[in-house]
Amino acid sequence: MLQGYGASLLQGAALTLAVALGSLLLALVLGLVGAVAKLSRVTFWRRAATVYTTVIRGVPDLVLMMLIFYGGQIALNAALAAIGRDSIDIDPFAAGTATLGFIFGAYFTETFRGAMLAVPAGQIEAGRAFGMSPWLVFRRVTAPQMLRFAIPSFTNNWLVLVKSTALVSLIGLNDMLQKAQQAAGATRQPFTFYLAVGALYLAVTTASVLALRALEQRVSRGAKVAAL
Amino acid sequence: MKKLLSVLSFVLSLAAVLPLVAHAADPMKIRVGVEGAYPPFSSVGADGKIVGFDIDIANALCAQMKAQCTLVQQDFDAMIPALQAKKIDAVVASMSATPERLKVVDFSDKYYNTPNRLIAKAGVTIDGTPASFKGKKIGVQRGTINDRFATAKFAGAAIQRYTKQDEVFLDLASGRIDATLVDAVAGDVGFLKLPAGKGFAFTGPVYDDPAYFGTGVGVALRKGDTALREQLNAAIKAIRANGVYKTLQAKYFDFDVYGK
Amino acid sequence: MNFSAIAESLPMYWDGLLTTLELLAMALLLGLLAAVPLGVMRASSRRWLSAPVWFYTWVFRGTPLLVQLFIVYYGLAQFDAVRASWLWPWLSNAWFCAVLAFALNTCAYTTEMLAGAIRATPHGEVEAARAFGMPWATLMRRIVLPSALRRCLPAYSNEVIMMLHATSIASVVTLLDLTGAAREMNSRFYLPFEAFITAALFYLALTFVLVAAFRGAEARWLAHLQPRR
Repeated sequence: MLQGYGASLLQGAALTLAVALGSLLLALVLGLVGAVAKLSRVTFWRRAATVYTTVIRGVPDLVLMMLIFYGGQIALNAALAAIGRDSIDIDPFAAGTATLGFIFGAYFTETFRGAMLAVPAGQIEAGRAFGMSPWLVFRRVTAPQMLRFAIPSFTNNWLVLVKSTALVSLIGLNDMLQKAQQAAGATRQPFTFYLAVGALYLAVTTASVLALRALEQRVSRGAKVAAL
Repeated sequence: MKKLLSVLSFVLSLAAVLPLVAHAADPMKIRVGVEGAYPPFSSVGADGKIVGFDIDIANALCAQMKAQCTLVQQDFDAMIPALQAKKIDAVVASMSATPERLKVVDFSDKYYNTPNRLIAKAGVTIDGTPASFKGKKIGVQRGTINDRFATAKFAGAAIQRYTKQDEVFLDLASGRIDATLVDAVAGDVGFLKLPAGKGFAFTGPVYDDPAYFGTGVGVALRKGDTALREQLNAAIKAIRANGVYKTLQAKYFDFDVYGK
Repeated sequence: MNFSAIAESLPMYWDGLLTTLELLAMALLLGLLAAVPLGVMRASSRRWLSAPVWFYTWVFRGTPLLVQLFIVYYGLAQFDAVRASWLWPWLSNAWFCAVLAFALNTCAYTTEMLAGAIRATPHGEVEAARAFGMPWATLMRRIVLPSALRRCLPAYSNEVIMMLHATSIASVVTLLDLTGAAREMNSRFYLPFEAFITAALFYLALTFVLVAAFRGAEARWLAHLQPRR
């Protein structure tokens, strides 16, 4: 049915997952840093984080990706040439992962900020009153509860991220969709291959939703929820 | 002490010379940009490998220059930006040496030269006069010589630009566009000879104005990369002389694709 | 920064801006109109009504918009049956295909949003309306939908911004929107920074306008939920 292109589609799917997971990692780190910066008492960090989230959420992913892929390499070369070094090639995988990670770092900043704010202020006050250092308060009071509040928004952002990986095919990365385009062009049967790729994406998103829902149940054990 | 010094200086001088010797034996590394969506010049098979005339030429030239080549797949309109950004060192993707491109990149000597023609439904005649273009939708690949020519010369027609020539053929077959301006060989082997191309034919004149279509297809290089250019020109001469070019050409074409 | 190239390309960007706005407006309008009845069906307690709508939103929210667009534009055109039917004059047009794909996508998200808002209607209001003997249609029209649509507003503003960003994909099927203009400029002048930063600035400006507009809308229609001053 897939006329021999099945194996190549699955290879592309593996690459797609690799991009998704790689950018998730980067996005989580940037998100935590950004959330702490946005809640900081220092105006400079607050402003910097606000500029970051505003610009990223105001420009389409595709435009950012092309800007960083084409323009980023040129900027890197210029910077390296200025200090007299050879240029380093950024391959499409690194470019795509870094771009997506950078973009979704902004969305996760908002996720973590909301989750941090949802932890009752009284508990944090009590922790400080006991003489706990800010880091200890974060580690033992804020972080465990933050997880529970962050999961719905995290699920949403993860799903959007997985679907955004389709865009890396447009900067030439040999992911699932690029393989489907090649197969469609060679066999003149676009419907079959795009439907197959759609089904693969649906499988990933559905599995993610089920897994994250189970995680939410687990982490919410013991939390009192009003019976509606 | 004296003996130690003399031994040390001998070892150090060896160490100074060895890298040069080793370097001379190191093969040159070239990253070559290829497209993969332009049969018979380059296309991707079911096994994921890129094959085609462009690929064979690239491998033959590298073998002739005794260089280590890695093929890097790119979209066509990303080739020159990638070259300028030093992601690749050479482009072997059926890129014609036009005056406009020569402003930003250098080209080697040509390795083939074929004309360009319009393909439309059999029976539809677009004879190249402005009247014949009125109201027609012409599809071209973005950033190609056909894109530039059609935009400049086909007044009255609606030009639609696609990322890959494959996509143009898909829309031509389904009737979304009325015609496409494409390399005659790519159009013939990549469309007319396939089942999807039944009922379509070449129409209109043969286009080969050097101002737009250049002087032939060459290997694009960064501006100022004269060393690589000299080596490529020598390699092209060599494979033309020793019969490798003839063998490669015979795999795909039954005529001389080198042109005038 | 090559400002002369930018100045030369500005007319192209302006045309692109108009195309982007047209695409956005049509897709949102069609999506919202379809989402109201679908949202009501989705929030219904009758399985045979909510299940088909659930399937639709599951598929369209679970797959990337780019894949959906490719299926509508390239996939459907593959079939002779489609090309011979009355749909073909519509489907052969790239603009229509893009609007269709975008509208189907935004409708799925809006349907889920509206269904959630309908389910969050305070139970007492529905009981009171039933006690008054209101028929189902009047209950929907005067009690449930007005408050549900207002409750959706913050989430819908997000959806509108997301749709604005999604329209950038239209350039992949030959449409000359803002992103298409940037790609044209890049392939003509080989100046990626200038080309894409100009497009980014246009999108940022549009986003700010939309955010401000929605803030105004919330101040007006969600006034009853604002904190007391």
